[in-house]
Amino acid sequence: MTLGPGALRLERVTKRFGDFTAVDDLSLTVPQGSFFALLGPSGCGKTTTLRMVAGLEDPTAGSVHIGDEDITQLRPYKRPVNTVFQSYALFPHLTIFDNVAFGMRRRGVRDYEQKASEMLELVELHGYGDRRPAQLSGGQQQRVALARALVNTPEVLLLDEPLGALDLKLRRQMQIELKRIQNEVGITFVHVTHDQEEAMTMADTIAVMNQGVIEQMGPPDELYENPQTTFVANFLGQSNLVKADVVDSSGSAYVVDCHGQKVSVESSRCHTDRGLGWLGVRPEKIFAETPGPVEPGDTNVLTGGRISDVSFVGVSTQYLVRMPWNQEIMVFEQNTGQRPQFRNADEVDLRWSRGNCFLLDAEQDAFAGVMRLEDKE
Amino acid sequence: MTAPGLVAAPPGPAVDGEVSRRRGWGWLLLVPGMLWLLVFFVYPTVQLFFTSLYDPSGSYIDGYTMTWHFANYVDALKDNWNLFVRSFSYAGIATVICLFLGYPLAYAIAFKAGRWKNVMLVLVIAPFFTSFLLRTLSWRTILSDNGFLVSTLKFLHIIPQDGRLLATSVAVIAGLTYNFLPFMTLPLYAALDKVDPRLIEAAGDLYASPISGFRRVTWPLSLPGVVSGTLLCFIPACGDYINAELLGTPNQYMVGNRIQAAFLTEHNYPLAASLSVILMAIVVLMVVFYIRRAGTEELV
Repeated sequence: MTLGPGALRLERVTKRFGDFTAVDDLSLTVPQGSFFALLGPSGCGKTTTLRMVAGLEDPTAGSVHIGDEDITQLRPYKRPVNTVFQSYALFPHLTIFDNVAFGMRRRGVRDYEQKASEMLELVELHGYGDRRPAQLSGGQQQRVALARALVNTPEVLLLDEPLGALDLKLRRQMQIELKRIQNEVGITFVHVTHDQEEAMTMADTIAVMNQGVIEQMGPPDELYENPQTTFVANFLGQSNLVKADVVDSSGSAYVVDCHGQKVSVESSRCHTDRGLGWLGVRPEKIFAETPGPVEPGDTNVLTGGRISDVSFVGVSTQYLVRMPWNQEIMVFEQNTGQRPQFRNADEVDLRWSRGNCFLLDAEQDAFAGVMRLEDKE
Repeated sequence: MTAPGLVAAPPGPAVDGEVSRRRGWGWLLLVPGMLWLLVFFVYPTVQLFFTSLYDPSGSYIDGYTMTWHFANYVDALKDNWNLFVRSFSYAGIATVICLFLGYPLAYAIAFKAGRWKNVMLVLVIAPFFTSFLLRTLSWRTILSDNGFLVSTLKFLHIIPQDGRLLATSVAVIAGLTYNFLPFMTLPLYAALDKVDPRLIEAAGDLYASPISGFRRVTWPLSLPGVVSGTLLCFIPACGDYINAELLGTPNQYMVGNRIQAAFLTEHNYPLAASLSVILMAIVVLMVVFYIRRAGTEELV
């Protein structure tokens, strides 16, 4: 992989605040021009990681590199890095134009006036140059913050929860906008967020962080389809995790015993090979069916379920199915009109394709990374 | 069941009534303060203004006659202009020194003190726990000719062997600086404390060196504090007479000393009053000019 001069590399970076380890021996590489997301719950160390790249925190150990240069010791104002701050941090005493021109003027860029105007045009704020930040709406301020950082054409642009203060609709709009701008300018973006949907929508690569370490890193679909830890399985979307015993781990598909029923899992999706494990299936991969004979093939079936809750949400119907071992399994059925509709207390079997489940280490907490009510926006 | 539309109907008139009732209360709240100011500020000021125009040939025993004697002002200025110049110079110098001492102090308290913030703020106002007069008197001891400060400075050859501190302009300005420093520090602190440290980080992120970041972000954002701090120092310092009285000699006397003497020793009320009115007028003019100048910086 060619990394390029704008690639960002963290090497065994650790940051401690007193006894608390915010970032623990973290290494990662972000290739030039990519859109990289650091995803995790609050307090997982993602913002601290970002601040160490910006130079606003000094790492306790490890080093930060951009291209071939070690920038660990560089003061923030000497780094080829700009930040879009969480609260925007626009200078309230300066006009929008002066905010955008701030960085260029400090560096003595000659044609800063033209560049600032062009940048305001890019973020569709042409004609707002004379206003003060307080006179702009949240979304407009957000775009000023972006313009103020981007106009300096940094090697790496850092975005610290830049959309967190916007309402849902505006956030969706800005996500698309940000992606468009990133495509246009080709700068490496490192985006910190706790919103898994945002990370999956925008990023080429996501690193899921938890308690100061990266749990898993990869393209959004890979992380979603083949999570390696219960934390990732629960934090990215929702997962049903069922206790399962590995019976046979010799073939290309492992066989596990799931409360007395045999289920097979592709070996590339198994992250443990003996003893107890968590069998994971995404709710939208499961079909609920009236009990009956099973066609042989690539399907896994769990029988003996009974519908305990039905919620109609328009595009889909969400079922809770109580299994004989008293666990409730979530099933999302698309409302295509071609699937049977079930009602409370109906008996069902659950069926899904073998390629659509994964097996995780049972040592891990089944509820790690589950969205609690207070975490939701 | 009630139709939702009826339930949600805007209770317009009730809200309006409430607002106007609240406004009425708002005005009422002003009354005690206004009365106080009327009795203890407006009335004495008007009285002072009239006194400044009394016939100077009267005396406080025989009484004065109101003759609209504007020549009082000319006489007062003619004989005392040097005191005015000295007052404004001393007050100006003390204010500038206060700014240089107070700004780093306020900055440290606002940004660096952490959990010691409140302790440091209490320490800043701690001098107010003892009387202004007592503290200034104790400065006489500190600055006295055989005190440790003078001997140390002599030993270090910072002042000549026959030099002294007490009874000099230095002593008076130092006293003024000391006495008004909290009035500078507190508004500066209030302004700096409101400056979001993330803005300073943002300046650093945007290639501003610490010095440049201070000049472009911290300083302009703290200007409201600078303006109120300098005013709170300068205005009372102009009229001060205790520091000159206790730490200086008649050669260091300020307008305040002359006003005090004219009122309390010579009982020359018209002179004292016209000096006061002139002092007030000049200070008001200077303040208006200053705020106008500072206002062009567009305070946030």
